[in-house]
Amino acid sequence: MNFPILSSLILLPTIGALFLFFIKEKEGNNTTIKYVALFTTVVNFLISIYLWIAFDQSTSSFQFIEDRIWIKGFINYKVGVDGISILFIILTTFITPLCIISVNNSVKNKLRDFLIAILIMESFMIGVFSALDLVVFYLFFEAGLIPMFLIIGIWGGARRVYSAFKFFLYTLLGSVLMLVAIISIYWITGTTDVVQLYEIGIDVKYQNLLWLAFFSSFAVKTPMWPVHTWLPDAHVEAPTAGSVLLAAILLKMAGYGFIRFSLGLFPVASDVFTPLIYTLSVIAIIFTSLIALMQEDMKKLIAYSSVAHMGFVTLGIFTLQQQGIEGSIIQMISHGLVSAALFLTVGVVYDRMHSRLISTYGGLVSVIPKYSILFMLFALASLGLPGTSGFIGEFLILMGAFKDNFLVAVIASIGVILGAAYMLWLYKRVVFGKLLNEDLKKILDLNRSEYFILSCLAAPILFFGFYPDPLINTIEVSVTDLINMHNTNIVSK
Amino acid sequence: MELSIIFLPLIASIISGFFGKYIGDRNSEIVTSVLVSISALLSIFVLYQVIVNQYEENIVIATWISSGSLDVNWSMLIDPLSAVMLVVVTSVSALVHIYSIGYMSHDPHKPRFMAYLSLFTFAMLMLVTSDNFIQLFFGWEGVGLCSYFLIGFWFKKESANAAAIKAFVVNRVGDFGFALGIFLIFYLFGTVNYSEVFQQIPTVVDKNLSFLGFEVKAIDLICLLLFIGAMGKSAQILLHTWLPDAMEGPTPVSALIHAATMVTAGVFLVVRCSPIYEYSPLILNFITIVGMTTAFFAATVALVQTDIKKIIAYSTCSQLGYMFFAAGVGAYNVAMFHLFTHAFFKALLFLGSGSVIHAFKDEQNINNMGGVWKKLPYTYALMIIGTLALTGFPFLSGFYSKDAIIEFAYLKGNTTGYYAAGIGIITAFLTSIYSWRLIFKTFHGEYNNKVIKIEETHESPLVMLVPLFILSIGAVFAGFLFKGLFIGYGDNLFWAESIKFLEPLSTEHPPLWFLLITPCLVLLSIPIAYYFFVKNKELPNSIVSMNKPLYNFLVNKWYFDELYDVLFIKSSKKLGLFLWKFCDGTIIDGFGPDGISSFIKKCSIKATKFQSGFIYQYAFVMLLGFSALLTFLILK
Repeated sequence: MNFPILSSLILLPTIGALFLFFIKEKEGNNTTIKYVALFTTVVNFLISIYLWIAFDQSTSSFQFIEDRIWIKGFINYKVGVDGISILFIILTTFITPLCIISVNNSVKNKLRDFLIAILIMESFMIGVFSALDLVVFYLFFEAGLIPMFLIIGIWGGARRVYSAFKFFLYTLLGSVLMLVAIISIYWITGTTDVVQLYEIGIDVKYQNLLWLAFFSSFAVKTPMWPVHTWLPDAHVEAPTAGSVLLAAILLKMAGYGFIRFSLGLFPVASDVFTPLIYTLSVIAIIFTSLIALMQEDMKKLIAYSSVAHMGFVTLGIFTLQQQGIEGSIIQMISHGLVSAALFLTVGVVYDRMHSRLISTYGGLVSVIPKYSILFMLFALASLGLPGTSGFIGEFLILMGAFKDNFLVAVIASIGVILGAAYMLWLYKRVVFGKLLNEDLKKILDLNRSEYFILSCLAAPILFFGFYPDPLINTIEVSVTDLINMHNTNIVSK
Repeated sequence: MELSIIFLPLIASIISGFFGKYIGDRNSEIVTSVLVSISALLSIFVLYQVIVNQYEENIVIATWISSGSLDVNWSMLIDPLSAVMLVVVTSVSALVHIYSIGYMSHDPHKPRFMAYLSLFTFAMLMLVTSDNFIQLFFGWEGVGLCSYFLIGFWFKKESANAAAIKAFVVNRVGDFGFALGIFLIFYLFGTVNYSEVFQQIPTVVDKNLSFLGFEVKAIDLICLLLFIGAMGKSAQILLHTWLPDAMEGPTPVSALIHAATMVTAGVFLVVRCSPIYEYSPLILNFITIVGMTTAFFAATVALVQTDIKKIIAYSTCSQLGYMFFAAGVGAYNVAMFHLFTHAFFKALLFLGSGSVIHAFKDEQNINNMGGVWKKLPYTYALMIIGTLALTGFPFLSGFYSKDAIIEFAYLKGNTTGYYAAGIGIITAFLTSIYSWRLIFKTFHGEYNNKVIKIEETHESPLVMLVPLFILSIGAVFAGFLFKGLFIGYGDNLFWAESIKFLEPLSTEHPPLWFLLITPCLVLLSIPIAYYFFVKNKELPNSIVSMNKPLYNFLVNKWYFDELYDVLFIKSSKKLGLFLWKFCDGTIIDGFGPDGISSFIKKCSIKATKFQSGFIYQYAFVMLLGFSALLTFLILK
């Protein structure tokens, strides 16, 4: 491995951010700033696509590994990807440029600083998904909080400060225990290198506590019930681009963490705590779907639906079935696309009407048909209609869950009914019906950039709905290997 | 060639949906109608091949999902069963497309409407030609989606939107069972392809599963779960509430989706899975009971409804019940036969009623019609044919299929069989009464409409009448012509492997007196209905006033909607509100982040009070501490 491709992926957005730092923001004309940011992220996206093409799907070992000594004898800067992480990297590099295009309409002041925050965030996110050292992972994982905190706290809505602090403290509190666990892993095994840890394994007697410590961090980030209450507040107050990043990528860090660390490092403990995860996931699916039904604020509704969808993800991961885990990964990718798209669609009408309340709208289809069609597609993907990526994920998860535990699968399937109810009801109240609000008559349909962004999201949602093979092939070997490793660990116990 | 049957409607839908704006209304109508008609002709050719040459084929188009041991293909399976469905779906669809050109002529959104119709046809074809359960599920949800779009086609109508959501969500309840059934099949057999699953069925006949502490036979559970899906889609009792509301959609939609094709998907599913159902007598009995209850229930409700489309909708519901109990007594081929004939006469009735509604400028209440049979001679004649066929008038198509169902129920020879046959006869009588009530109140008696004058009512244009005419040919002859092929007693040559009978169907005939009951009742019902609804109109009213509670019970459709509203809708809304405001708000946030932060704030306020800045207070605390320490040391 000659060219440090992963490090360039991580560093490039930061370099772009540095450039921005030296460009002076002008009143009214910020095209240069936007183009620099956009250029950086598009290049990053292309590099990540190259990475996907160059990636060897037939092996489960980590590829493109870079290993440099950072603090001698203690921490190595080690990054690398396998089939699972590569998809999340691509999701990140795909969503970020779309976010940058979308700020056209939504962010009015301090645009430069906003874009710097987004670029730095991209660096951190890619870092999270490629880190192969626990300390490096922790640093990226926590650092990601800061730009998000600023995005909500500075560019957010009326209650932004409350939401930003709630978000920050909630997630930080969870992570403290993970830090302790990482330090103890170092004391127990003498290394924090994930690849080595996979090989030597961690003594069974420590696993339970360590698992719980990691869990406390991931559960908050996922977010799982009952530590989810920061999410609706954060989403409601965040600007559109912030919501998109939060829902599409930030939430996936935890799901990824569960697969990479909880399952990989603590296989025995994962088995022990499966009932806990099942219970919380099922509660999340049912409770938050019911709550979503009653929301009056569109963003809050989508936020609650995210909690329900992530409930499916955690459920699928701990089924430890091929279908379950693959379904979870696809569900995460799909949710990344769909929730991003839904927040953007809400953003579109918010920019025009400055209201997120469902009751403001109604009858939109007769004035903005293009918007209505795309919104319908995303709503259908969210409720898991066959032919969209949402279906593949949800169906595989439930299939895997059914193999492992009937009852859980049965209850979780009720969530699918509720999902249809809240999504279609939302759509009906916003888009169908008579146009009663006079102000809506002048509302404009999607402009070119909005149309472009939403189409970019619609295309993969449909494509992977009909042909998920590219995704499944990428993860297949890694997932199989993960399950095998888990099973041998359980047996040898 | 076979693939073009499926994909022509899809192409039609894409052209009309995305380019309708550019090519214009008329061209969209022509393109969709022509492409779907070609598809229909090809289907007929395929059916011919199947009949004559025993043609069978399983075409794999592409892989869809392959995850671990799960392998799902996009595929097209042609066997006798799917060939029959192909013909039913594409031919009714083609006629409905053509009819819609006339019916929707005043609507501003024609291309969108045609695109939905074609898309529906595509999804329905995916459903019937699948060779595995997951593509079936794709088509299943796909037709549900199109039905949702089409019910809510007039999106400005609040009731239409509500009905659309209701249809989708109630169907999702059925799909919930269906999906679980698929999971269970995959769990037991490790595959979801029909042929592989059906092959392995005999090996799991004795397998038990424990669920929530109950021991259940695996086969029974699979059958039950799949049947729940079928109940949702085919509007069987308990999950039927969406179908009458679905009449909010334009009438051609009701004819295509809610009469001839989509709602029969449940019957198709049960017949397709006959190799599984044959091993589960328990669930077959259950299906019989559900089927006949639905048949009876829907017929009683249809007696008192006043909306022309709702009457026919309940009639559909009732006829679907017949099909299910045919399947339940093991006569799958008879169920398919009734499905086949029903498609023609029910589509005819719906399109005919559409023609009436068109004539009355969107009036649907039969109390506001009457006396127009001379004004609408063709519609009247065609509606009569449809009614005769539906009621089972001798030698029309309904006569062959419906009577065969009752016969086979009788021949089953067990209690459920006799019971079903009895209910079947009673329901046939009720069917006849409500059908003639519809005809007499719509076309005979005095003219009752106050909004438009009788002179303004007009016969429909040719583009609407021709499809009606073609359907009426089917309604008259389909039974007579296809009886031998579909249910030829004893031999089962046509269906070959596509329907499985563990034991061959009985070849005996019921006694003659039994065979004569139904036709006699049907014939008798015409003068009775004429007397009640034309000659002596006061009589029904006085009966109603004598039996007010019963009448209310029927008019309110046995109070299912009210019950569900309380049980499910209101309670889940309340629960949602409770979970949101109380659990999330008061408990989690109250004791969690908000609680902790206010607690810390309180503590720190207390702590700041310690640092008052007065030396004497500090000195006093020091003194206290010092003396405490001293005391401790001395005592020790």
